[in-house]
Amino acid sequence: MPKKFDAIVVGAGMAGLAAAYKMSSEGLSVVVIERGDYPGAKNVMGGVLYRSMMEELIPEFWKEAPLQRPVVEQRFWMLDKQSVVTSGYKDESWAEEPYNCFTVFRGEFDRWFAKKCEEKGALIINETLVESCIVDDGKVIGVQTNRPEGDLYANVVVLADGVNSLLGKQLGFHREWEPQQVALAVMEELKLPEEVIEDRFNLEPGMGTTIELFGQGTMGMVGTAFIYTNKQHISIGVGALLSQIREKQVQPYQLLENLKQHPAVRPLVRGAEPVEYYAHLIPEGGYNSIPKLVSDGVVVVGDAAQLVNGIHREGSNMAMTSGRLAAEAVIHACNMGHFDRDALSSYENELNNSFVIKDLEKYKDASHLLESNPRYFNNYIPTANMALREMLTVDGVSKKQKQKKLTKSILGKNGLFTLGKDIYQMWKAVR
Amino acid sequence: MHIVVCVKQVPDTTEVKIDPETNTLDRSSAPAIINPYDAHAVDEAVRLKEQHGGKVTIISMGPPGAVEVIKKCIELGADEGYLLSDRKFAGSDTLATSYILAKGIETICQDNPFQLIFCGKQAIDGDTAQVGPGIARRLLIPQLTYVNEVTAVDSAKEVITVHRKLDDGYEVVEAKMPCLITVEKEINQLRYSSLPNMLRAARYQPHMLNADELNADVTNMGLKGSPTSVAKIFAPEQRGEGEIIAGSNDETINQLIQKLSDQMAK
Amino acid sequence: MGCEACVAECPHQALYMNDEGQCNVLENDCVDCGQCVDVCPVAAISLPQRAESKEQSNNTSDKNVISENKTEEKAVKLEGDLSKYQGVWVFIEQREGEIASVSLELLGAGRELADKLGVELSGVLLGSEIADKANNLYQYGADKVYLLEHPGLKYYRTETYMQNFVQLVQKYNPEVILMGATTTGRDLAGAVATDLGTGLTADCTALDIDPEERLLLATRPAFGGNIMATIVSKKHRPQMATVRSKVMKMPKPIFEQQGELVKVDVEIDESQLLTKVREIVQQAGDKVNLQDAEIIVAGGRGLGDGDNFKVCYDLAKSIGAQVGASRAAVEAGWIDHKYQVGQTGVTVAPKIYIALGISGAIQHLVGIRGSDIIIAVNTDPEAPIFKECTYGIVGDALEIAPLLKQPLQQLLADKKAS
Repeated sequence: MPKKFDAIVVGAGMAGLAAAYKMSSEGLSVVVIERGDYPGAKNVMGGVLYRSMMEELIPEFWKEAPLQRPVVEQRFWMLDKQSVVTSGYKDESWAEEPYNCFTVFRGEFDRWFAKKCEEKGALIINETLVESCIVDDGKVIGVQTNRPEGDLYANVVVLADGVNSLLGKQLGFHREWEPQQVALAVMEELKLPEEVIEDRFNLEPGMGTTIELFGQGTMGMVGTAFIYTNKQHISIGVGALLSQIREKQVQPYQLLENLKQHPAVRPLVRGAEPVEYYAHLIPEGGYNSIPKLVSDGVVVVGDAAQLVNGIHREGSNMAMTSGRLAAEAVIHACNMGHFDRDALSSYENELNNSFVIKDLEKYKDASHLLESNPRYFNNYIPTANMALREMLTVDGVSKKQKQKKLTKSILGKNGLFTLGKDIYQMWKAVR
Repeated sequence: MHIVVCVKQVPDTTEVKIDPETNTLDRSSAPAIINPYDAHAVDEAVRLKEQHGGKVTIISMGPPGAVEVIKKCIELGADEGYLLSDRKFAGSDTLATSYILAKGIETICQDNPFQLIFCGKQAIDGDTAQVGPGIARRLLIPQLTYVNEVTAVDSAKEVITVHRKLDDGYEVVEAKMPCLITVEKEINQLRYSSLPNMLRAARYQPHMLNADELNADVTNMGLKGSPTSVAKIFAPEQRGEGEIIAGSNDETINQLIQKLSDQMAK
Repeated sequence: MGCEACVAECPHQALYMNDEGQCNVLENDCVDCGQCVDVCPVAAISLPQRAESKEQSNNTSDKNVISENKTEEKAVKLEGDLSKYQGVWVFIEQREGEIASVSLELLGAGRELADKLGVELSGVLLGSEIADKANNLYQYGADKVYLLEHPGLKYYRTETYMQNFVQLVQKYNPEVILMGATTTGRDLAGAVATDLGTGLTADCTALDIDPEERLLLATRPAFGGNIMATIVSKKHRPQMATVRSKVMKMPKPIFEQQGELVKVDVEIDESQLLTKVREIVQQAGDKVNLQDAEIIVAGGRGLGDGDNFKVCYDLAKSIGAQVGASRAAVEAGWIDHKYQVGQTGVTVAPKIYIALGISGAIQHLVGIRGSDIIIAVNTDPEAPIFKECTYGIVGDALEIAPLLKQPLQQLLADKKAS
């Protein structure tokens, strides 16, 4: 038994397992320490699994991984109180290999992913909490767990311990997250027969869809709601900035109930039996709150590094990519025999060059803009609904008159200048 | 001292969900776990090993996936583990199961005779408590069931003293070793496994044995070797929908007392 | 059989349920991995004998018809080896000369079986200086009592009881043996059945006879009570079953009833024995007699935490009830395991069962179905217990239980007075 491992990965989520898989594939001795009963036990994802990032690790993984449905359609809904403006994109080519993305159950998928890591030689230790990093002369040299004889040593520790990274905090990589840097998401799994799901969502057998909902879904708070189709379940969830949830004193489950009662959502979930309920924090700080990523003998990946694109609801892909890039840096360091900050710095460089940091940088002000300017959620979405209602309700009023009324109403509410400014700012934030 | 512990992989029955309409089981929600009583049996065996030296060997019968349960036992401090797995075992009732396990124990103890066999008092999926006594009879050794304390082990005289749980106390029983003991949960508090044991278990690959490797008569195994079979299966009878009493707390209680009074007068 | 456990388990989607609710195999997709066999709760699937297993499920549906109440019919006589087995036996459990109530309950159940089979009912009594107890057994329905007396049988020990019991069976060949599912009964039954190489069904909740084949139909809960399975032992005799206390009704004794006493010689060579009972320690405070309680106040997870559990003690104390608990409350560490009611705890049959904050997991409900009146208090109107209770109150048990104290006390006192 080697007393010292090449790497210890803390946390068996997407980022940790991706790192472990890559490192053990290259022959490194790796141990993954997970606090849940099994990998995925504590993992929640309000998102989908992106094929491309996963395939960079395991080619053609879809042939054996436990997946729910390939997503062939993504819909975007803007909800007002009683109405909805819909748009979306459906693509038959997404129904064929190599696919675009999948809905998955994390409990199931992560266990499979962990098995793959074990096949490559990684050791997975469950039900074990890492209490702190062991630091010697400023260098991380191992971890201390809550088990008897629980110290473990390695050349590098990969922190993949999730959004509320205790270890990152202990090492001084970041401060306590501010409530506006995290979103609280709640999610339910509703059971329905396969055919019913396919009928209600207009799907070919086995295919899936996702719906992102803006506006009333979050009762006007900055955040989004989502509905995903699994094989025999619908996942429905809603997330909003913790700061706003606190401010409005809303109970998270109320958000979910409110969403399920919306006239556009109600028929989709009718008669479905809730079987699971999850609540989870999601890092939303974006680019501006990325902590220190590399130090002597340690790297930070995934949610622990706040690598989540709040605007596009992408997190697992960034987790996987950051895990893989960190692994490559560790492998590189092993080859050189140095594990200090410089030796591991290629992780940071590669991450900066990847879509991860580029995307986060691009949207770095968007979240903040939406939060500080309530008009996007509270005025423009209702206005869009109102506009379509006016144009589509046939009541003998001429379209020209309606247009006039509309323009007046939009300008009357916000003023042309404000509208222009808001559009410009949003364009600037996401351009 | 060589201690053999028999363990079983069971579905976590607390998690088994059932669809009352169709009377079908939703097994996806029921994870496979080590039978809780068996975990205590393993822990007790490991404690005795720590006091008296020797070795703890795990034996289990089940599908290939049951290696996970054996690895769990390694976490708890066991030294070796054997999984008896073969299609020929499938469908075994308690009589056939005790035969297969007894043959398995004989096989793995050929060169290292056992002094003690530990089992959980029963498995939570079947709740029969029959396999332990069955193994003891097949190996022709004394059985001590429902043990909640091991008070003394005299290796020289080969005598073990235990407390057997009774409804209103316990009895102190001595038995000549080798013997078989089935344990209650209160026999010990499960200890938190050490990290070295966790690492050992993560690496450990249990030995696999199939029917041909047991030197046994296959007609005593599986469906053929099982005297019992299932004639039918059905949904449990319900007492029928209860009468819901509604109203303010005071009203509800008044109504309830009135109804109770009427009913008891009948 | 329709439980679909196997279908869900098959990693190759090679199993499906046909319209009659039987499991079928897609031969081309099946890789003989055996996963389905192991999950089958009723051991109805086998791989090597696929054809046979299908046949069996067919038989099963026939059996459904047979077993429907043909009680009036006289059982047929069997031919061949099985024909020499005759009679129903009940193992009479005693300690210090006191007969366990479950044994008397089983005499009642055994009487019905014996009548359907047209055979004698016998009690088998082992112990030391207990001959006078035999009369008692006739009153509860035994035609015959086999009496095995010896100082070495004073305390129950597997080896002495088992050896003598097995010898007796081999001499007289009963076709059915019933034992109480007590620690003693289960210990003995498992050993005896193994020695005799015969079928044993544990913890039965119903017993009946199939007169066509003289089969004991032993019904028991499976999967924590989620489904019931009727088990038979077609080609083996004797057919053995254990039954928990309070599952069968205690028969009314008929005092003038007499029977035949068969004294059996017992030889025990103490020097050859491998076990000795050194001492029996009674812990008076430890005894929790839920089985015999007339009123039980039981608490569950809905009470919120261990401190709140005291509402159960308070209510129980004021109305002279015994305290019980659901598995969830026991596993949360609020109360000791011996108070657990349900399939993994104790089966109870009180006059009144008050369930506070118990949602009614099936394994709990299985253990309380014998209650005369079940009162359930729970905040969740959807809680399964409301489907099984006599009276349900949707509300907070912490508020309601204290309010129940006085009026219940009054009611019970009135009833007692009248």
